[in-house]
Amino acid sequence: MAQAAAVAKQPAPPRWRRGSATPRRLPYLLIAPAGLLMLGFIAYPVISVFYYSLQNYNPTKPWRNGFAGFDNFAHAFTADPQFWDTLTFSAKWVVVEVGLQLLLGLALALIVNQTFVGRAAGRALVFSPWAVSGVLTSAIWVLLYNSQTGITPYLADAGIGQYGTSWLSDTSTVFPAAVVADLWRGVPFFAILILADLQSVSKDLYEAAEVDGASRLRQFLHITLPHLKDAIVLSTLLRAVWEFNNVDLLYTLTGGGPAGETTTLPLYIANTSVDAHNFGYASALTTVAFVILLFCSIVHLRLSKFGGGDK
Amino acid sequence: MITEDVTVSAPAAPAPAAERPRRRPGAKRRAWDEVPRWHIYLPLGVYLLFTLIPFYWILLFALRPAGSTSLVPWPMTFEHFDKVWTERSFGTYFQNSVLIAVATLVMTTVVALAGGYALARFDFRSKRGFMLALLCSQFVPGALLLVPLFQIFARLRMINSLGSVVIAETVFQLPLSMILISGFIRNVPYSLEEAAWVDGCGRFTSFRIVVLPLLRPGLIAVGSFAFVHAWNHFLFALMFLSDQGKQTIPVGLNTLMSADSVDLGALAAGGIIAAIPVVVVFAFIQKWLITGFSAGAVKG
Repeated sequence: MAQAAAVAKQPAPPRWRRGSATPRRLPYLLIAPAGLLMLGFIAYPVISVFYYSLQNYNPTKPWRNGFAGFDNFAHAFTADPQFWDTLTFSAKWVVVEVGLQLLLGLALALIVNQTFVGRAAGRALVFSPWAVSGVLTSAIWVLLYNSQTGITPYLADAGIGQYGTSWLSDTSTVFPAAVVADLWRGVPFFAILILADLQSVSKDLYEAAEVDGASRLRQFLHITLPHLKDAIVLSTLLRAVWEFNNVDLLYTLTGGGPAGETTTLPLYIANTSVDAHNFGYASALTTVAFVILLFCSIVHLRLSKFGGGDK
Repeated sequence: MITEDVTVSAPAAPAPAAERPRRRPGAKRRAWDEVPRWHIYLPLGVYLLFTLIPFYWILLFALRPAGSTSLVPWPMTFEHFDKVWTERSFGTYFQNSVLIAVATLVMTTVVALAGGYALARFDFRSKRGFMLALLCSQFVPGALLLVPLFQIFARLRMINSLGSVVIAETVFQLPLSMILISGFIRNVPYSLEEAAWVDGCGRFTSFRIVVLPLLRPGLIAVGSFAFVHAWNHFLFALMFLSDQGKQTIPVGLNTLMSADSVDLGALAAGGIIAAIPVVVVFAFIQKWLITGFSAGAVKG
């Protein structure tokens, strides 16, 4: 909008010409460092992953290396039950995590957006886990879930769970336990993004709605929610991609166990490539993951008609 | 959009916009003010418990003597910190982590500032393509590129050098940072820069004098993101740095966790050491964070 018009009427103030960069070359010069870095360390690796996905490539078994066509993909889809298990777990993980984070984050943002005594401190405290790393989150929750040293004996006293079980090593409790640990850090992220957007809702709208006698529920449904739509769309997408890709937490919290119960696709890929050295197969799995992410993101943005009209 | 005027002024005024109209005399704020406070305090209190108990737990284990089962860390001891810092070489890890995080912060901010300016202020060929690439790169899982990245760094003879981690972290921070910064720059009226040119400033001078000060909240938000991410991220350091003396704090924590007999006191103390810089950064930037976000990211 505004900048298009501004760019059009650039009658090149003479001062520019003193520098070596003429205005026509300037944008490219400015973008070059970022472009080169991304070309070298994202684009090239991505392409090489695509390339290796069609190869048998295992440095520990060099005699079998070479062009494999779509064998890797065929193996994944037809002969590798673990691939399907990890894929289902990834889907379950992302849907549950992002769904709960969205609901709780929205609620939290609505609460701390109101004025109350101690708001600044309250905000700082409830948002603080957001800054904590995946590994640290794991460390904390490993302590908490430990059957001897954790909080589980106290919860058992209160009738939640039973004595002596470590929640992370039991197949029946590991999923909720991991979800809660990740929620602890994930909810603040949503709350911050949503809160940021809540601040820009014009107060006049609520005042007008009040004059018209709209209930608070109706105000929420007809003013707040529509306003938050773009923020919600963007943050769910970012978070879903992040939850899918992130391996820090589960790698250190459960290591994918017990019995592969919490292995996401990226974790499986990391294990396949780093531990089993099967780079070809890992690359094929990576390609599948990338395509899935891209596809889901496009569908997500289309369905939500994100940024329609703007730009 | 309705909010246009609010967001434009946001980067210049760090105080949250909501703060202002609150005490307007005679304004009808009744529906919001009459809400019984427990509507706020009760759920917030419950959530606070959920947030703080884990923090308390780790503090408890870090501060109470080994073998104690008390729920209050008294008598307090710092033996775990001492042990982790010297015996488990968290001192070295800390240094490495600081180096990596600061270098990532500087590189990300500078490169993203240049790129963001180009994206915000110029129309150039392949801009669309570049924006698309930025978006797509968000779907590239960093963990999945470990192998090719490892090969690249091996070829550059950068394995086992902190530089490899700095580059990898920077690259994965860049797309979002650039999108954010270009959003911030768009919010600074172009006419301000033009006015500076008329007064005889060059493009760089006018940028430095006019635009940069207005970008401060946004830059602080972006920079601290980069810092916190680089500080926290685990996989790149784990993969690219094999030398004990080159490791970072998260890798050290992971080593403590996967040891045969987990020393819980040491783990807790290490966790607190890991959290301190982030907490400091976070406390410092908190008020800018929300403004920074509302000015840039969410408006896309």
